[in-house]
Amino acid sequence: MKKLLLATASTALFAGAASAEEVKIGLLLGYTGPLESTVVNMSKGAELAIKEVSDSGKLLGGSTVTAVKGDTTCIDATAATAAAERLITADKVAAIVGGDCSGVTTAVLQNVAKPNGIVMVSPSATSPALSTVEDDGLFFRTAPSDARQGAVVAEVLKDKGVKSIALSYSNSDYGKGLAEAIEKEFKAAGGEVTISAPHDDGKADYSAEVASLASAGGEVLVVAGYVDQGGKGIIQASLDSGAFEVFYLPDGMYGESLIEAIGPALNGSYGDVPGVEGEGIEAFKKLAAADGWEGTSAFAPESYDAAALILLAMQAGGAATSAAAKDKIMDLANAPGEKIYPGELAKALELVAAGTDIDYVGATNVELIGPGESAGSYREYTITDGKFETVKFR
Amino acid sequence: MDFANAIVALLNFVFVPATAYGAQLALGALGVTLIYSILRFSNFAHGDTMAFGTMVAILFTWGFQSLGISAGPLPTALLALPFAIAVTAGFVLGTDRVVYRFYRRQRAAPAIYIIVSLGVMFIMNGLVRLIIGVKDIDFADGGRFLISAGEFKERTGLAEGLAIKSTAAVTVVCAFIVMAWLFWFLQNTRTGKSMRAFSDNEDLALLSGINPDRVVRVTWVIAAGLATIAGVLYGLDKGFKPFVYFQLLLPIFASAVVGGLGSPKGAVAGGFIIAYSEVLVTYAWKKVLGYLLPDSMMPDGLAQLLGTDYKFAVSFAILIIVLLFRPTGLFKGKSV
Repeated sequence: MKKLLLATASTALFAGAASAEEVKIGLLLGYTGPLESTVVNMSKGAELAIKEVSDSGKLLGGSTVTAVKGDTTCIDATAATAAAERLITADKVAAIVGGDCSGVTTAVLQNVAKPNGIVMVSPSATSPALSTVEDDGLFFRTAPSDARQGAVVAEVLKDKGVKSIALSYSNSDYGKGLAEAIEKEFKAAGGEVTISAPHDDGKADYSAEVASLASAGGEVLVVAGYVDQGGKGIIQASLDSGAFEVFYLPDGMYGESLIEAIGPALNGSYGDVPGVEGEGIEAFKKLAAADGWEGTSAFAPESYDAAALILLAMQAGGAATSAAAKDKIMDLANAPGEKIYPGELAKALELVAAGTDIDYVGATNVELIGPGESAGSYREYTITDGKFETVKFR
Repeated sequence: MDFANAIVALLNFVFVPATAYGAQLALGALGVTLIYSILRFSNFAHGDTMAFGTMVAILFTWGFQSLGISAGPLPTALLALPFAIAVTAGFVLGTDRVVYRFYRRQRAAPAIYIIVSLGVMFIMNGLVRLIIGVKDIDFADGGRFLISAGEFKERTGLAEGLAIKSTAAVTVVCAFIVMAWLFWFLQNTRTGKSMRAFSDNEDLALLSGINPDRVVRVTWVIAAGLATIAGVLYGLDKGFKPFVYFQLLLPIFASAVVGGLGSPKGAVAGGFIIAYSEVLVTYAWKKVLGYLLPDSMMPDGLAQLLGTDYKFAVSFAILIIVLLFRPTGLFKGKSV
């Protein structure tokens, strides 16, 4: 095994030194499982960046790039780890775009990426726990931590003059992390959290949960859950029993299906979802439209940025390896330098090759902070007349 | 006034939802218990039979809606019920013919039956998903509320609202009609009596000339009817989702066992016991106490015995206690 690893490492080194070659990038996403519908366009986003770089012929003296897919299943850490092992040892990918869900991403990082020294850039893992994870400088994410969303939620609620909230969260890594962040930030802002109680997804009867929430009281019910799961049930039961009338809906609760299911009673509720405005996302939407799909699809812009950052970092490091790329990602993503938007990757490659500093803005105004995660920009929305209306970006 | 508020809060958040949920569980548990006492096995496919019946009812409901037929203030699904029951009964009789009859002839052990019913469950599971998909389907139409919380507050001037959903009312009324009919049927008709005889002692029943095939068929038809009614009422009240019906199997079996497997009375009592205990034990009494106690005596916390995430633990704790101290259940069913 050791010999094999050594051989792998040495061939990778030699390969890195050679001029034109075939670079493989792993796409480690949940092609099956709870996120399977979202992942379709995330994968397309990453492939878009890879194709753009490959077609330009400017990466490391004309190297081509291909994407190799691996399935995380979103929930099964064993399956995700096995898929990552395969990508790294059999397919010999140089770096990984992924994983998607926080739990499997942590597992892959600890068990596979770190021992093999492979860079992972996740477009969608948002758990605050990933900010403090021991990563040897290999893990980055173009999605913001939910700790940031907690602050946004507290800000929005404060601006609306809300003084007390009840909090119901999905009994999952995502729900728990987000609920803790919201509770901490809202209390720090002087608000009162009357109750913070979990709800299990996939049940149909939520009367016990709503009874407790109603008893605790609060002006607004914050539902940190999933839109097609328990979150909907909690809202329905709250409305039916008259327990709450106004709801705050974080990113997991953003979806047309909620409005369809609940109807006019949802008018007046509000929430937030990751989102940006500006030149970057507009350029990305055009690229996606030319490719035949919707560029606003959740986490697809983040996926494009993740793949683009990896490849640009390789160019800057001078070799198609994780070792060369890992120290360059933060520099490229942040100011100062010439701003790079989606569709300008060829130009970026040239600039980097010439030694000019660039500031990769990408589709989501990438700005990496702290341990290498997106600073995060959120779109505050309200529901008016059965439609999502953007209030502003935070 | 404060006292009235406290009562209304309790009614609204505990008694109304728990009664509706209890009625749904009781109907499901009746089907399980009937199969257990007459066909002598635990039918794990019951939850998915409910899903199958509900799916058929939804398809018929859509058909009626597109034809412009409605039941006025009542949900259209009630009109679809008889058709759905017929189709489900046909399907269930089919599975009996193809699957269970083989094992019955072999006089297979109950454990084998359970595994067989698991197999049937997975097939029905897949079939339902294949036909109607995995998503949430809301097929309740007609009036939404008997009394809505806002209306109630306006009329009574109380601070607390009381909401009774029309689907909850329909659920309770239907459940009681069905239960009353079932008890009458089992006690007073010839077929009902032969079913009870078959359940008490199969050999004696055969000796006295009861046709076993007929008893088995009637049992399946009634079980399919109960499953469909329970499933449709549950779906009307809370929305249809195949996965949720699969999960319903646990509280339904808990209800049947607590009441005493094989005892119809026990199934009804068990359904309500499980539903009420899930809501009551995890209820936060803060609001109610706030109305009843003077400020100085108010507890600081939520006055909650157990977090709501433990609500399933509550029904299983009851199940374990009953099995330890009264293995035959509260109403002297068969021991498990």
